Amino acid sequence: MPFIVELIISLLIVIGGLFLLVGSFGMLKLRDLLPRLHAPTKASTVGVGGVLIASMLYFWVERGHFTIHELLITLFIFLTAPITANLIAKAYMLLNVDPHSDLPPSKQNEGWATFDPVGPEGYDPSEEYQEKEN
Amino acid sequence: MIEYALNFGFVCVSLALLMNLWRLTMGPTTADRILAVDTMAINAIALLVMYGIAKGTAMYFEGALLFAMFGFVSTVAYCKFILRGDIIE
Repeated sequence: MPFIVELIISLLIVIGGLFLLVGSFGMLKLRDLLPRLHAPTKASTVGVGGVLIASMLYFWVERGHFTIHELLITLFIFLTAPITANLIAKAYMLLNVDPHSDLPPSKQNEGWATFDPVGPEGYDPSEEYQEKEN
Repeated sequence: MIEYALNFGFVCVSLALLMNLWRLTMGPTTADRILAVDTMAINAIALLVMYGIAKGTAMYFEGALLFAMFGFVSTVAYCKFILRGDIIE
């Protein structure tokens, strides 16, 4: 294996490992969930991307035929990362944010869609269940 | 040289997994725990791919792809369960 290829593969692995470490450290260090959501994106883009490109180059040089199936994982992570981040943020807001005091009004007849299970102000879901039982 | 880089990468990913485990056990809210599991899946993908390079086989690639898929599905299922009280309505 030529030296320059070996150097490139090693650099990609080292950069990927460092970014994975930084992403997890940020998730440990930041103060709240919504800032914490920001840190692991480094791990899922540059971290995993660097390691996967290193693997692609290594097997290209080692085996002699070029395959792009490592890019499938990168593509899949790039497609799914925004969806998971959005859903985690919505779950956090439903459990830990009070829509009546912490959020501006939605200026619609309905409230914010994330808080549909909470219901409008003064709404008590247990009354509805009692009506159904009667 | 690749061996040294791989050893460095293994150390980094192992430390990252330990940090995720800390956030998973100590996380103050449920959403923190979900985020920790999601990041753990990402780190496990990187660990599997690096292990495949170290062993010189492309066999671990399928494992990494499965981790990517099931990590996404489990995160979405857990969030959906919290949001709606049900996964498939």
